[in-house]
Amino acid sequence: MVKIINLVKSFNGQKVLDGINLTMPTGQITVVIGKSGVGKSVLLKHIIGLLKPDSGQIIIDGHDMSQMGGRQLREFKRRFGVLFQGGALFDSLDVFENIAFPLREKTRLPEAEIARKVRFRLAQMNLTPEVETKLPDELSGGMKKRVALARAMIQEPEIMFFDEPVTGLDPPMTNTVFHLIGKTHQESGYTALVVSHDIPEVFSVAHQVAMLHQGRIIAAGAPEEIQNHPDPVVQSFIRGEVDFLEA
Amino acid sequence: MANLVRQLGQRSLNIVQEAGGLMIFLLESLGLAFVPPFRPRRILQEIYQIGVKSTLIVMLTGAFTGMVMALQGYYTLKQYGSEGALGSAVALSLIREMGPVLTGIMVSARAGSAVTAEIGIMRITEQLDALDTMAVNPIQYVVMPKLLAGVIAVPLLTAIFDVVGILGGYLVGVVLLGVSSGSYFSSMAQSVVPLDVNGGIVKSLVFGLTIILVACYKGYHTGAGAEGVSRATNQTVVLSAVLVLAWDYVLTSFFM
Repeated sequence: MVKIINLVKSFNGQKVLDGINLTMPTGQITVVIGKSGVGKSVLLKHIIGLLKPDSGQIIIDGHDMSQMGGRQLREFKRRFGVLFQGGALFDSLDVFENIAFPLREKTRLPEAEIARKVRFRLAQMNLTPEVETKLPDELSGGMKKRVALARAMIQEPEIMFFDEPVTGLDPPMTNTVFHLIGKTHQESGYTALVVSHDIPEVFSVAHQVAMLHQGRIIAAGAPEEIQNHPDPVVQSFIRGEVDFLEA
Repeated sequence: MANLVRQLGQRSLNIVQEAGGLMIFLLESLGLAFVPPFRPRRILQEIYQIGVKSTLIVMLTGAFTGMVMALQGYYTLKQYGSEGALGSAVALSLIREMGPVLTGIMVSARAGSAVTAEIGIMRITEQLDALDTMAVNPIQYVVMPKLLAGVIAVPLLTAIFDVVGILGGYLVGVVLLGVSSGSYFSSMAQSVVPLDVNGGIVKSLVFGLTIILVACYKGYHTGAGAEGVSRATNQTVVLSAVLVLAWDYVLTSFFM
């Protein structure tokens, strides 16, 4: 279980996270929704240890990540898989090398076993073996996301993090990526945090939804509860109403 | 007035902070060179990127530097009837000063800027974050091999610069201006002592480390977006060239 307790973070005196409390139950997909720039990715970067909070705790299976540092933190991250917003594929490596990278770096598996695992993940993501030798620059946005998902999944992580997994994708590819998230979750049973503003598609994979607004979680619960939440800010966001204050 | 003092103080603090950051970055990177995995393949790849790919530009610069020094030196020495010392003048200037400094500046312009741009793009496209979340230390994987490659490649490039420069000087001094081939090389052999060569090697080692350290540091801490990478690249070229010249003065005074 991942538990975030009273997390606070400011940048240049401006509070981005103002006392976040959130629990991600084991084996479930928690989705954090909210407007662009509200701090969803900042929250995710704290949980994966890329940012240190000003105060508060991030407890993962009883270990306080906010107190960890250096090698201990890095080794703890071996339990994570992360799908970054832009894929974060390594430009100089081809698709096969990108997916095999975590295995080559962190395991002593023979090359034949690595190749078997890479091809299994490629097939799982509906990617043909022809893409193996392509460089990231030669892939479409949807293919990049699927290759990145294959790389994130290759070490069978216990906890998966998805940072805006469908940003910039067309509707069919958006549905494909959410379908793949649901499918891989069913097969692996990982705990997941999805950060997204893609409503209503993101509800299809969520077990729990939390809405981030002005640095705080203003609503959390099952997807149906959030869809029928009485808070006008939640309803306005879900319905995609024009924000006159920002427009 | 108070505002001016405040600005000056802030600027001084920024410089001290930057220097401290550079030192910590250097110690962390070098420390990780002794921690497995050692990544010899990555180091070789970086020697190719930083060293081999800079060879042509270094040879061209070396050739023209040697040629122009022979041309200038010939007419100056001729006034005193000492054209025979041309080889000595060209070789000493190249080995002690021009070789390490100009090689450093050329490497900073060609490879330093490329290193900053590469690491900067890895930063803004979250590739460095991706390494971190895969439990791979980005400094050990990306920075350390480049630093070691810089320390290995720049002295070798300097040696190439010196040799090509001496041959360029030979072409102008001996072939075009008629200085005797024997006196060109014998004056060189008489005047160049091991301390000159060692001094040049030490300088090029320090310059190589400085240039690639600045390049990696600026790329690693680049600002957001394309503008941030462009600014970091620009800063790398300017700062590393200034540091090469400053180091040159310090090291020359040490060897004199």
